[in-house]
Amino acid sequence: MTSTQPRGDVAVDGAPAGDPVLRVRGLSAHVAGQQVVEHVDLDVAPVGVTALLGRNGVGKTSTIKAVLGLIGRSGTVELDGADLVHLPTHQIVQRGVGYVPEDREVFSGLTVTDNLRLAERRGSRHRYDLVYDLFPELQERGAQAAGTLSGGQQQMVSLARALLNDNQVLLVDEPTKGLAPRLVQEVSRVLARAAQVAPILLVEQNLQVVRDLAQHAVVLTDGRSVHHGPAADFLADDALTQRLLGVHAEGGGEPTDGGSGHTGEERA
Amino acid sequence: MSTVVLLLFTGVGLGAIYFLVASGLSLIYGLMHVLNFAHGVFLSLGAFLGFEVASRLGASTWTGFAASLLVGALAGAVFAALTERVLVQRLYERHIEQVLVTVGLGLGAVALFDGIWGTDPRFISGPAWMSRTTHILGANVPNDRFVAILVATLVLVGMVLFLQRTRYGMIIRAGVENRAMVTALGIDVRTAFTLVFTIGGIAAGLGGVLASHYFGYVSPLLGQTLLIFAFIVTVIGGLGSLTGAAVASLLVALLQQFANYYLWGTGDLAVVVLLAVVLLTRPSGLMGRRA
Ligand SMILES: Nc1ncnc2c1ncn2[C@@H]1O[C@H](COP(=O)(O)OP(=O)(O)OP(=O)(O)O)[C@@H](O)[C@H]1O
Ligand SMILES: [Mg+2]
Repeated sequence: MTSTQPRGDVAVDGAPAGDPVLRVRGLSAHVAGQQVVEHVDLDVAPVGVTALLGRNGVGKTSTIKAVLGLIGRSGTVELDGADLVHLPTHQIVQRGVGYVPEDREVFSGLTVTDNLRLAERRGSRHRYDLVYDLFPELQERGAQAAGTLSGGQQQMVSLARALLNDNQVLLVDEPTKGLAPRLVQEVSRVLARAAQVAPILLVEQNLQVVRDLAQHAVVLTDGRSVHHGPAADFLADDALTQRLLGVHAEGGGEPTDGGSGHTGEERA
Repeated sequence: MSTVVLLLFTGVGLGAIYFLVASGLSLIYGLMHVLNFAHGVFLSLGAFLGFEVASRLGASTWTGFAASLLVGALAGAVFAALTERVLVQRLYERHIEQVLVTVGLGLGAVALFDGIWGTDPRFISGPAWMSRTTHILGANVPNDRFVAILVATLVLVGMVLFLQRTRYGMIIRAGVENRAMVTALGIDVRTAFTLVFTIGGIAAGLGGVLASHYFGYVSPLLGQTLLIFAFIVTVIGGLGSLTGAAVASLLVALLQQFANYYLWGTGDLAVVVLLAVVLLTRPSGLMGRRA
């Protein structure tokens, strides 16, 4: 298998190399007695965006949930060198892990404002200035029940909940899922800005978004991590993307601006 | 006409007592997915300790009655919080074991109460005004009904304010919707677990004191008997919904009273039929979240 092993000194494009902010080794996880993550190794670089890729059902969401302790897991999960694997979810999050779940998971019965207030963590700044600057709409709709928002607006609430606090790392699971092309670009723009504040582990099916944002890529098949390396190199390797994702990553690694409208990659 | 008025007040009074038991059950199930079969114990304990305090301070005085409410609420709160911390929380996420433990606690507590207070009912009397009646639209309505209705209304308003206005209330509402996501925001949801048990215990303890006045006695089985109807109320109202519990409490109690009077004492049967109809047409209850 042509798998590159993760190293401790992943070099970020242009940026100095550094220890990974999140280091996962030999992670396995089970749901309802069934093993959904077999053996995942991954590093989230201390700067920028690390993409977690793979076909539907390979265990990307389960990997993120296992890191957060939302499902039973074993292995090594280190945040900034400290082991997290024996901590309950709320303590992991309190150490500075922001989570944007796959299906938004806003509290539909709570107002937008209350969704944000609930996300305020003790011992962190609450960056309403940043959040309302990114999503002015959330301020206007503060009193609206989150369940009555559109899908795109709910995604904004979900992102805002994570961006409100100071984080060491953000775990973002398919933020553009089911969004119209214009909103995909909007989310992509927000993530680019968020990545300047905290490094991101991003699960994303839209390869254009991956190409625009990610410096590193980790690829899973069947609950195992099988490829680690620079995102641009991976996306440029047609045979590899075809084999691991089942798609042609057309266009290679050339830089693209958000206005190209080229966002409709087929899902694996 | 006077009969209807009497049945109406008696029904709403009984509904008030059902609500005091069902509200806690519903919140506990909504947040923790635990069916708390020990909830009747909170009620009986509140009733017995309330009775003891009132008889020492003077059962016919308002001071005695007020103290019995206070002690009943406190006893329910403390015992419920201990139940959650010592028994339920140790079995985090193991729902079958949690149910077994609460069933066991229910049985054990009834045996304990038998040992302390005996199996015979203790007859209760309060301030003289409470056993008198008030003349309304031709009916003579026993005054204890008004007290039950007043206390239950205050509890409902208090719970709504708590749930809507406080951070812990917000955590409980969010947790009823999606508990995993609450923890994923960095919140220790176990504090909220103890809190809903405590709130449920307060309401049940108050319900115990009021029920003992409503029925005129307290016995070790009082709580567990009312618990059956409270469970029915909770299911009809929708597990996890406070408003549902309030509406269903009134519905069940009124149906019971009217069927008992007009349909040859078939109140309990009518309630079971209502339960069946609701389960068949709206499986998640009148105001339940999950369809
Ligand atoms: N609650 C569950 N019960 C049983 N199996 C589950 C459960 N959750 C996930 N799985 C299984 O675990 C595997 C991995 O699921 P996961 O959601 O992690 O995949 P994914 O890579 O995120 O997929 P997608 O790209 O579709 O989001 C799948 O085969 C899925 O069916
Ligand atoms: Mg997924």
